[in-house]
Amino acid sequence: MDTKKSDFIWMAGGPQGSGVDSSANIFARACCYGGLHVYGKREYSSNIKGLHSYFQIRVSTEKVEAMVDRVDLLCTFDAESVVRHIWEVTPGGGIICDTGVLETKIFSIPTLPPSFLEEFRKNLDEKGLHPETVNDLLSELKKNDVRIYAVPYLEMLKEIGKEVGEEQLSKLTRMINVLTLGVSFGLVNYDKKNVEKAINNIFGKKPSIVSMNLLAFNKAYDHAREKFGDTGFKLNTIKTDEERIFLQGTQAVALGKLAGGCRIQAYYPITPAADESEYLEEKQVLENGGAIIVMQTEDEIAAITMATGAALTGVRSATSTSGPGFSLMVEGLGWAGINEVPVVINYYQRGAPATGLPTRHGQDDLRFAIHASHGEFPRIVLCSGDIEECFYDAAQAFNYAERYQTPVIHLIDKALANSNMSCKMLDPRLVIIERGELLNEADISGKNYRRFDFTDTGISPRLPIGTPGAVFWNTGDEHSETGHITEEPMMRTRMLEKRMKKLDTADREIPLGEKIKFFGDEDAPAIIVSWGSPKGAILEAMEMLKNDGYRTGFLQVRMPHPLPKEYITKVLGKTSKKIDIEGNYSGQLAGIIREKTGILMDYFVLKWNGRPMSSDEVYNALLRILQNKAQVRQVLNGGS
Amino acid sequence: MALKIADYKTQVFNDWCPGCGNFGILTSLQMALVDMQLAPSRVAIFSGIGCHAKIPHFMNTYGIHTLHGRALPFAIGAKLADPGLEVIVHGGDGDGLGIGAGHFVNTGRRNMDMTYIIHDNGVYGLTKGQPSPTLKLGVKTKANPKPNINEGINPIALALATGYTFIARSYCYDVAHLKETIKKAINHKGMALVIVQQCCPTYNDINTKDWYGGEDRKDPATGKPVPRLYKLEDTGYDGVVRKPEEALVKTAAAFAKAYEWGDRIPTGVFYQNELVSTYQERISQRIADYLKMPPAKQVIADREGKSATSITRLLEELKVT
Ligand SMILES: Cc1ncc(C[n+]2csc(CCOP(=O)(O)OP(=O)(O)O)c2C)c(N)n1
Ligand code: SF4
Ligand SMILES: [Mg+2]
Repeated sequence: MDTKKSDFIWMAGGPQGSGVDSSANIFARACCYGGLHVYGKREYSSNIKGLHSYFQIRVSTEKVEAMVDRVDLLCTFDAESVVRHIWEVTPGGGIICDTGVLETKIFSIPTLPPSFLEEFRKNLDEKGLHPETVNDLLSELKKNDVRIYAVPYLEMLKEIGKEVGEEQLSKLTRMINVLTLGVSFGLVNYDKKNVEKAINNIFGKKPSIVSMNLLAFNKAYDHAREKFGDTGFKLNTIKTDEERIFLQGTQAVALGKLAGGCRIQAYYPITPAADESEYLEEKQVLENGGAIIVMQTEDEIAAITMATGAALTGVRSATSTSGPGFSLMVEGLGWAGINEVPVVINYYQRGAPATGLPTRHGQDDLRFAIHASHGEFPRIVLCSGDIEECFYDAAQAFNYAERYQTPVIHLIDKALANSNMSCKMLDPRLVIIERGELLNEADISGKNYRRFDFTDTGISPRLPIGTPGAVFWNTGDEHSETGHITEEPMMRTRMLEKRMKKLDTADREIPLGEKIKFFGDEDAPAIIVSWGSPKGAILEAMEMLKNDGYRTGFLQVRMPHPLPKEYITKVLGKTSKKIDIEGNYSGQLAGIIREKTGILMDYFVLKWNGRPMSSDEVYNALLRILQNKAQVRQVLNGGS
Repeated sequence: MALKIADYKTQVFNDWCPGCGNFGILTSLQMALVDMQLAPSRVAIFSGIGCHAKIPHFMNTYGIHTLHGRALPFAIGAKLADPGLEVIVHGGDGDGLGIGAGHFVNTGRRNMDMTYIIHDNGVYGLTKGQPSPTLKLGVKTKANPKPNINEGINPIALALATGYTFIARSYCYDVAHLKETIKKAINHKGMALVIVQQCCPTYNDINTKDWYGGEDRKDPATGKPVPRLYKLEDTGYDGVVRKPEEALVKTAAAFAKAYEWGDRIPTGVFYQNELVSTYQERISQRIADYLKMPPAKQVIADREGKSATSITRLLEELKVT
């Protein structure tokens, strides 16, 4: 069984800074305008200009939430993109390239690293191929039923330049992206109006740029239709009444935070988290009054402590970071824990440790999020599995933080942060605000307020600092009910116990449906356990397996801490194949489940090469397991 | 009813060493608040970690005893969210100029309307007397096995270079001067820094009360000690910038004064410039109703507990069908 053949996979590749992103944005929007669904994955290097980046877009008539391993139409800006992605193009597919790169010598492309070239040469040797130039390579591919659409980029750009009176080549080459878009859409004979609308949307602020790009698009489109005619691909618009948006993961988080009432965001720039803060700052003034303040701090220590200081005043506040930043935040996190301050950390994982793979995907930080800090204090860790969940979870995180007066870590990953998809309009009315036991001046009037009073739930009613009629103290030292330092053994025992009790309260009160999602059959012979972004690929793989006649179930853990262990025990206890799927080396979630339930997983499907899981590779791994042909541990290595 | 000094005191046992200079700072702070009649629940005192940092526990105001070196960012967060708070931050010389130096520098750039008081005792008191970042090169205090191998930071010069708009020095045992300096700092519109020369009788046996007072150098004529500390005000020095074009000249003059040390140590206001926009003013330019509706006072839920924030326009921008 294959992933849906009817879906169309388009990829744009080029050097960073050459407009890959905007071409992909236009492509995706144009498809959306035509009633189609899209899912886009962005891959880039830790570099500003020159190194390779690409954007892969899957177009479908139904909603899609994962990538597949093939490319139907590869749209290249340079020679490197041809070489890098050539084997991904599926038989029957096509490659758009510049006639100017055909004579480029493959092994002299300076930006291709030696390790890549070595691997590439090995691959060629195995195939018995000895191409020297890009053209040689492409000729080989033709045998594979891959079509080559070579277009003279420069010539066409110069023509356009003449028409608009622009001679500067550097300005013209900026339009390579739109030129290749024109060829792409010409080849699939797509309705031009939708693309023009998308170009207007992306470049709308500058009329002269819009008209130049429209010209380039139209020229390339017509050229493709004339020169290549019908190609076998056809992208048809469809009618839809559904209200849809095209959304990136970081935007979903930002919007969720706004709807959830976040009004202070302190951050230090880091990939892939910074997009969220920049979006928030751009949109900081709210349409119905009020605003969010976005503070760029001197480091992540300042970011978390500033957010925490703000939270003391009663405002909902947050910080947003990825692994290196969170490492710096750990002492501050403990302070918020011992002082019972609701603060939210949106934690975007990437390949780690240290700087790791700064722009690439990873899911290596689950254990770190759960355990970071010296000492023990309650915290809640919430993991989103898709972009829509990112929105609702980003808002919900504040409810948990305030109800249990403790830090909440919202774990996201690069695959979610930098992916885009079309989805149903978000519904902000579903966002409920629960502020927990938050007091005001009237509540405490005439009373002797104590910040850390002992209660049955462990939750002591909270008062914002600055409230008239009271004062209290906070300290990172152990403290008494008033918040003054104590080192008395009895008080220490009771106070730490009070704090930890909040975790039991949270575990008891938070409905199971918020902590776990189950898909498929609970009594299936194989149950998958996972968290975070693999969700989309897993769901699609399950669908494919169902068509093959296999029954599976999928337990998506959304709250790994506190872990809903009774339910997990119940579901996993019944199945004969327990399969862990996650994006790290050691199977961190599996380890946590074993710790909390004693249950050991039978199979592990793991990946840590910096690339998200595709539906195809998850499907193949699961199939091997279901056919009893798999090793206990399968390591995936797909993606370019 | 007028607030009295007792209204600013707590019952918490004060465990500073007998004779510690911190006592003078505590008293001056309480006296300043009495003079200003600031309601205790409007005041939030933040501190880092060190002997000095226990001060909030002795003050009957909101008191936030934070982490080593981090008092400033905690305090900035609170002030940003609730600009109506009177925020006073206490740092140590190790706390504020060693581990927290990055925050010291960046706080200057922001010019938040707050007060920062550094208790400068030349040592890491609470960890038993290691040299602090302000201890001068070659000085060996009691607990140190070797003389200091590093040069000391000049916090006043550093503050001038990083944008603090009120910079003063005072002395822990001159309670009247310190009280007035703290009041000026609180009243200042913008980020105010007060460096307090604080004696640590337990570990700093060099910069002692006698040393500051000049007991080791008596005037042969009168037989009286010649104090090392002197007041800038008494010399006709005026560090206040009243016109924009004065700023550079006054900064340069303050720099020169900042480097006086040893035999003559200036106290008082080195530099003050209220013409620089504060962070609050800068935000208000972007968010017109910031002061009227600061983050801490915004309503985020309606009566039924649903989100009160409209994101319709933002969603509209993302719409594709
Ligand atoms: C992250 C961290 N590192 C080290 C310490 C240990 N420590 C506690 S107080 C202190 C030095 C305090 O010196 P200073 O800031 O000058 O304050 P003083 O005690 O002199 O008032 C140190 C290093 C700590 N609390 N936290
Ligand atoms: S060690 Fe020094 S600074 Fe600390 S309390 Fe004692 S005298 Fe004061
Ligand atoms: Mg000190």
